[in-house]
Amino acid sequence: MRYKTKASMGTQTLYDKLWNSHVVHEEPDGTTLIYIDRHLVHEVTSPQAFEGLRLAGRKPWRITSMLAVADHNVPTTDRTQGIADPISRLQVETLDSNCDELGITEFRMADVRQGIVHVIGPEQGATLPGMTVVCGDSHTSTHGAFAALAFGIGTSEVEHVMATQCLLMKKARVMQVLVEGTLGKGVTAKDLVLAVIGKIGTAGGTGYAIEFAGSAIRGLSMEGRMTVCNMAIEAGARAGMIAVDDTTIRYLKGRPFVPQGELWDKAVDYWHTLHSDENAQFDKVVKLDAGEIKPQVTWGTSPEMVVAIDGNVPDPARESDPVKRSSMDLSLNYMGLRPNTPIIEIQIDKVFIGSCTNARIEDLRAAAEVVRGKHIAVNVKLAMAVPGSGLVKQQAEREGLDKIFVEAGFEWREPGCSMCLAMNADKLEPGERCASTSNRNFEGRQGPGGRTHLVSPEMAAAAAIAGHFVDVRSF
Amino acid sequence: MDKFVCVNGLVVPLDRANVDTDAIIPKQFLKSIKRAGFGPNLFDEWRYLDHGEPGMDNSRRPLNPDFVLNQTRYDGAQILLARENFGCGSSREHAPWALDDYGFRAIIAPSFADIFCNNCFKNGLLPIVLDTASVDDLFQAVTATPGYHLQIDLVQQSIIAPNGVVYNFEVDAFRRNCLLNGLDDIGLTLQHVKEIKEYETRRKSEAPWLFA
Repeated sequence: MRYKTKASMGTQTLYDKLWNSHVVHEEPDGTTLIYIDRHLVHEVTSPQAFEGLRLAGRKPWRITSMLAVADHNVPTTDRTQGIADPISRLQVETLDSNCDELGITEFRMADVRQGIVHVIGPEQGATLPGMTVVCGDSHTSTHGAFAALAFGIGTSEVEHVMATQCLLMKKARVMQVLVEGTLGKGVTAKDLVLAVIGKIGTAGGTGYAIEFAGSAIRGLSMEGRMTVCNMAIEAGARAGMIAVDDTTIRYLKGRPFVPQGELWDKAVDYWHTLHSDENAQFDKVVKLDAGEIKPQVTWGTSPEMVVAIDGNVPDPARESDPVKRSSMDLSLNYMGLRPNTPIIEIQIDKVFIGSCTNARIEDLRAAAEVVRGKHIAVNVKLAMAVPGSGLVKQQAEREGLDKIFVEAGFEWREPGCSMCLAMNADKLEPGERCASTSNRNFEGRQGPGGRTHLVSPEMAAAAAIAGHFVDVRSF
Repeated sequence: MDKFVCVNGLVVPLDRANVDTDAIIPKQFLKSIKRAGFGPNLFDEWRYLDHGEPGMDNSRRPLNPDFVLNQTRYDGAQILLARENFGCGSSREHAPWALDDYGFRAIIAPSFADIFCNNCFKNGLLPIVLDTASVDDLFQAVTATPGYHLQIDLVQQSIIAPNGVVYNFEVDAFRRNCLLNGLDDIGLTLQHVKEIKEYETRRKSEAPWLFA
């Protein structure tokens, strides 16, 4: 529980500011009605909400707050024939017809603006600083990179936001993750956030909103900041966030949904207030030294099961906690790994560069730079580069990145969630091992029996060329 | 939403930490546009030996005899005993829908992931947090005792074990009230329509770009 005394002392955290500016009603027990500014909608978690609304005879409160896109089920190969799987097709068609019926803005599959919901929101400027942003998707934390209060919700809450433009919530505790220093060459935002998760654990942020701060965070591009906030949920925190600075403002200027002219100036003045006050009190502070972070590779079936590239698969025999030891045993068994194996000796079968974590233009540039003029190893059966949106794809093609990937033996795909969760046709076969830039290494996540190792785009690219994990810093 | 007042139910132990929502209900079943019918595919990858897809006749699929839900002594279980960080990962409400459809009414664990916990309350499913030592005790007891039942009383916020031990638990007062009375959140929020409109008017003048 947070205490009111903190706010009344005059200093506020960024979270306090975002929360306080969205309170519609507060009950004595702290249950609060919070106003929602932006509601992003995708095909998987919305049909039951639309149906619930219809059954109750309700209409959406404010359709202009909504932006819809199909991303989970869409094919990443040729789309001219539509979606082959009839169940996937029905789900996408259901979103289309719900949006048509209610007049909700939707980027359809053939629209160049279509893409992963957490890529297109910021890309369009539909995510703005100071907003509350929700979506029926846990990686909504991504949008917190813009100093928005952004978090994933379930389908009942999707319906609740549609019907009332509000959510019933209690204030979270706030954790500051302070990362000072400079990331080394070849060390990325992905490695930073994996290191944070490795340190605090997948439940370390439960009950908290995380504010990422410090010189290493300020030094990241907006793409990098989105990668960090995206994975706040993998540390258990529903929301991750980063203060506004000039990098934020520069990214936003001129995007389609961003205010123009006088309104822009007024908005920018307001946005510059969106940071934690000096001496603001956090419920918890976690510190990391950016200079000590090495490229990270997960070895298990939870994102907290992560080590540096120069490390080994851990040995359960050295774990004293019996519950943890048994989790490690189950994970190693599933992953087909032996304790103490050096990470660089792990051979891979497939490579996936994509997802709401790492499918933005900067990610593709970085990966392309690693594979330029080289070719994927003979043991790599498939390497895919899947842009996060049609516009990212277009930009990458303008820069010739598609050719670099294709010449290196990669497949260059259409935008979507793809093999991050394998709801479309892109999936691992049982036992296949994948170097993946996505966010979850859960059992079966990329296909039943598939084995996922989470890495940065550079590390995935280097693994594709080498056929096994390799330290991109000396690659 | 179904009311939750008191449940006296058979307990099944799921002895692993960080059970994620992908494990609770795998992604291929998320393609449904309905809320019901997820129960047969609860824990699908652990529960069956073959690969499940929507539309299969689940009664004809080979069961994994090692998976705890397939042991006959746990048939009809209504209370799931779990380890820490249960329900982590994706926000899919299909996870509580599947647990509910299977017949579970409550889950006991040392901790739950935030979004999953929220989603449970919206579906009449009670997530109960007990300290790790109590959960350890319950794991021992349920494993050692066929037919092990617990009595969960939401009014008293207590769990009564067969040996008479009472475990008290905390639950958010608002959520408790909604469960006890089967209240619909949307209906409650719509009692504040005037305040929502007033908020919008105020906010529109402060930050008009949010309403473009």
